[in-house]
Amino acid sequence: MIEVRNIHKSFGDKEVLHDISMVLEKGKANLIIGASGSGKTTLVKCMVGLHEASQGEILYNDRSFTQMKDRDRTQIRKEIGFLFQASALFDSMTVEENVMFPLTMFTDQSKEERLERANFCLERVGLQNANKLFPSELSGGMKKRVGIARAIALKPSYLFCDEPNSGLDPLTSILIDNLIKEITEEFGITTVVITHDMNSVLEIGDKVFFLWQGQNWWQGSRQDILQTDNKELIDFVYASEFMKMIRKKGQ
Amino acid sequence: MLRQVFTRPEKVVVFRRQLLLEIESLGIDSLGIIAIISIFMGMVITIQTASNIDSVWIPKYTVGFTTRQSVILEFSPTIIALILAGKVGSNIASEIGTMRVTEQIDALKIMGINPAGYLILPKITAGVIINPFLIIISMFLGVGAGYAICALTGLVPIGDYIYGIQLDFRSFDVAYALIKTVIFAFLITSVSAYHGYHTSGGALEVGRSSTRAVVYSSITILIFNYIITQLLLI
Repeated sequence: MIEVRNIHKSFGDKEVLHDISMVLEKGKANLIIGASGSGKTTLVKCMVGLHEASQGEILYNDRSFTQMKDRDRTQIRKEIGFLFQASALFDSMTVEENVMFPLTMFTDQSKEERLERANFCLERVGLQNANKLFPSELSGGMKKRVGIARAIALKPSYLFCDEPNSGLDPLTSILIDNLIKEITEEFGITTVVITHDMNSVLEIGDKVFFLWQGQNWWQGSRQDILQTDNKELIDFVYASEFMKMIRKKGQ
Repeated sequence: MLRQVFTRPEKVVVFRRQLLLEIESLGIDSLGIIAIISIFMGMVITIQTASNIDSVWIPKYTVGFTTRQSVILEFSPTIIALILAGKVGSNIASEIGTMRVTEQIDALKIMGINPAGYLILPKITAGVIINPFLIIISMFLGVGAGYAICALTGLVPIGDYIYGIQLDFRSFDVAYALIKTVIFAFLITSVSAYHGYHTSGGALEVGRSSTRAVVYSSITILIFNYIITQLLLI
């Protein structure tokens, strides 16, 4: 479980996050949605320590991440898997080496053991035959899947996904969504997904947080979204004609 | 940032492997260009010195002496360092800069790895280890090319040239050149890595970082060249 308590974040005079609190539950896909510039990525970067929060506290299973020294944070970071928007695979390494990298750095496993784990992870994301390819030889969807395989290599307790569907076709998007959902449930991971994709929200959102102007404006389940009367959330979710149609049908 | 760079590597085996890769990429891959430049510069220095000595009072062996001194004291350590600032410096800045803008450095940090130590320390160490060897090779090639041009053109009798390159040889000159080389190697790798590491934005900024890395490395090399010369030779 991750607990965010009264987080504020400012860049100069501009306050990007204003008093955000939320509880991200274990074994569930926690989705953070909101318009561009609402502070989603900044919030997640504060959670993983890429940005320092100006005020407030972040707790990983009651361990205060914000008050830890960098050396102590390393222990929690080893429990975190992160899927970047552009995958952030290491260009100079093959797919197999990318997945094995966290194992090489943080375990004393033999090469055979690391390879076995990498093959398991790659198989889990449906990429059995891509071991020797380089990231430049992969499609966008394949890169995301390798990113997920690398993120789960160390058996993380927490998985963060920054817009996992951006730039993907609808079919691949659904595939990635299902993969995230399955992995979350299978390994009992606390998963945090930043997304704009309303399909993802309605498919996998066990718990949804809507950020608006740097505040946690609304939270609830995906079913709650269909019945909400929160104006800002309605404006965001039902912006397209297609979504308006779904809402009408739901009502 | 240097404090982050000079921390104990997370895994010594990985550091050793990175170091060998960097020695190959920053050092061995530069051998070709260093050889070409050293040979041609050695030939040109010999021809220019010979053609500018028209007094009968100046002995012919002065050509060998001048070629040796020019190559060892200035040409090999400084000019080759400037060439490497262009080749290796831009390579380092663009590699690290690209990793920055594509979030690969953030990925390292989130994994709990010290990105500065993991990426920069092997480069600095590799530069400091391999550059003295490159410069020694450059010295031999430069002086050897002078010999070859004397043998081919008869500009200076071979015996005089050999006598000149042996005349009043001080091993301290080589030590001075190697001290400069080690300092320049540190400057090239650290200044370039700094500019790459602090890149923000996109492809355009990576290009700008790369250019800044070359410019600042070259300027610091020239400044330190003056300081070291003042301190060690006077």
